[in-house]
Amino acid sequence: MIAFERVVVRYRGADRDAVHDVSLEARRGRMTAIVGPNGSGKSTLVRVLLGRQPLVSGRVLLDDRDLRTLSRTDVARRVAVVTQREELAFPPPVREYLALGRFPHRGARRAGAAADRDAMERAVALAAVRPLLDRTVDTLSGGEWQRVRIARALVQGGDALVLDEPTTYLDIAHEMEAFELLAQLAHDGMAVLLVSHQLNLVARFAQHLVLLHGGRVAASGTPDDVMRGEVLERVYGWPLVVTRDPAVGAPALVPLRGRPRAAPPSTPRPSDP
Amino acid sequence: MTRRAGRWAAALGVLVVLMLLSVALGAVRLSPADTVRALLGRGDPTVITIVRVLRMPRMALAVLLGAGLGISGASLQGVMRNPLAEPYLLGVSGGAAVGAVIAVSLGAAAGLVPIAAFLGAIAAVSVAFLVAQAAPGRGDSRVLLMAGVIVGAFANAAIMLLLANADADTVRGALWWMMGSVGDAAWGQVGWLALYVGVGGGLLVAWAREIDILALGEDAAAGLGLDADRAARRVYLVASLVAAATVAAAGLVGFVGLVVPHIARRMGAGGHRAVILGSAVIGAALVVAADLIARVALPPAELPLGAVTAIIGVPFFLVQLRRLR
Repeated sequence: MIAFERVVVRYRGADRDAVHDVSLEARRGRMTAIVGPNGSGKSTLVRVLLGRQPLVSGRVLLDDRDLRTLSRTDVARRVAVVTQREELAFPPPVREYLALGRFPHRGARRAGAAADRDAMERAVALAAVRPLLDRTVDTLSGGEWQRVRIARALVQGGDALVLDEPTTYLDIAHEMEAFELLAQLAHDGMAVLLVSHQLNLVARFAQHLVLLHGGRVAASGTPDDVMRGEVLERVYGWPLVVTRDPAVGAPALVPLRGRPRAAPPSTPRPSDP
Repeated sequence: MTRRAGRWAAALGVLVVLMLLSVALGAVRLSPADTVRALLGRGDPTVITIVRVLRMPRMALAVLLGAGLGISGASLQGVMRNPLAEPYLLGVSGGAAVGAVIAVSLGAAAGLVPIAAFLGAIAAVSVAFLVAQAAPGRGDSRVLLMAGVIVGAFANAAIMLLLANADADTVRGALWWMMGSVGDAAWGQVGWLALYVGVGGGLLVAWAREIDILALGEDAAAGLGLDADRAARRVYLVASLVAAATVAAAGLVGFVGLVVPHIARRMGAGGHRAVILGSAVIGAALVVAADLIARVALPPAELPLGAVTAIIGVPFFLVQLRRLR
């Protein structure tokens, strides 16, 4: 389980907090989604989990242990992160790319090789990437690449999976495929924590939503708790209505034509080098 | 045997043939039989001396030089996620040249020039590294590359100032050094370089998986529990030391560190372990071949090694480039 407790983050040189007093839990066996407008602090929370952003106050717990007391390797064994961007200056073959997921387990003696093989086999089967193993990653389609990245995270073998905008650039079929895979993983007992812009999709797939606005939690709870017209309209600063999806009954957001309600505040971005 | 393994076996075979040719050919041309006999210490004592004292160390130095530059370039490209990265671009060549030119113009003994070059290279890389660390995008490889280029430009300016009023002998000596050569190879020098290339290469191969991860970017590295800053720093350090040692041993031989890793990748080396080892083989073959051409093309004159590596490497690289998707 991943738990953020009253987390406060401020980037160097910024005059306000990027994340202010945010608490949330990503429990095993469910999909938790962090949603919110651009600059609301979603990716900052992922940076915190990656150990790339120190906290001003508050704490992050992994299975009830403070993130700061765990080594990088310990964290990587418990939580796998599919980051928003990955650089492919020298695209590796899929098989070797997947094997990198075992890096946090390096040096584990004896059981090492067998455990590595088992983890690879399991991940390859779950993410259905076996036909891709002998390709190099730059020859994959967007959907295949995303599946391979999820597979690599599964190879890490933890029971928590964090994904930052996993379906950007994917078409409907590949986006649904990715969400179905994540839902399956949550159903099988993993803690899946997702940062996403796809409100309507997460409202159908996630059991728990956290809506961020200007670095603060504007609403959290079940999709029905969070997907309320007046809340979303205020947070996104755009007129909209929330209806029921006629096919599945999940709350669905429909933005209306019109003008912005009020300029939404945005948090400063990290000074990206 | 897979096609990939076959290609690598062929590359190793080419290297071995080139090494034998390098011992057999030169001002005195030896038959294959004489060469083998001399290597085993039999036959004409003069031939044995030529082989053991002149040709073998020269060949060995060329092998180590090429392997070292290939290893260094392959590691740096991976860590910096940049296909243009190479040790010379980090300031190794500029710093070494300044060190060597200072030593030559002060009339230092020939044995001190390599030491001055080595120190110059280390100084330049350190300056580039400290500049990059002080910049806002701390540890960003692009900043480091820029710092290296700037340090290199400064070094060029310093060399021009030093040589502008130097006497003809100094200019000639400095220029010859900057063109690179394995002509004065001796076993002592070979031993030193073997130490650097062996230990450095071993470390870089041991860190190959970390380089694979660093090549995916800093977020991905953090997600896999790798301390990206620390891992990148030690690769820079060791790759620079290896390159500095090659420069101290044989002067500036450009192009090898840049192009050899690309050839290794095109030959189907996927992860950096294979890219680094493959670059060692191809780098060695390239430099041995270049040295052969340098001394047999226009006898008795010798062509500058650094120019020959580029002249045979560029067309090869262009062919490889055409095959890119």
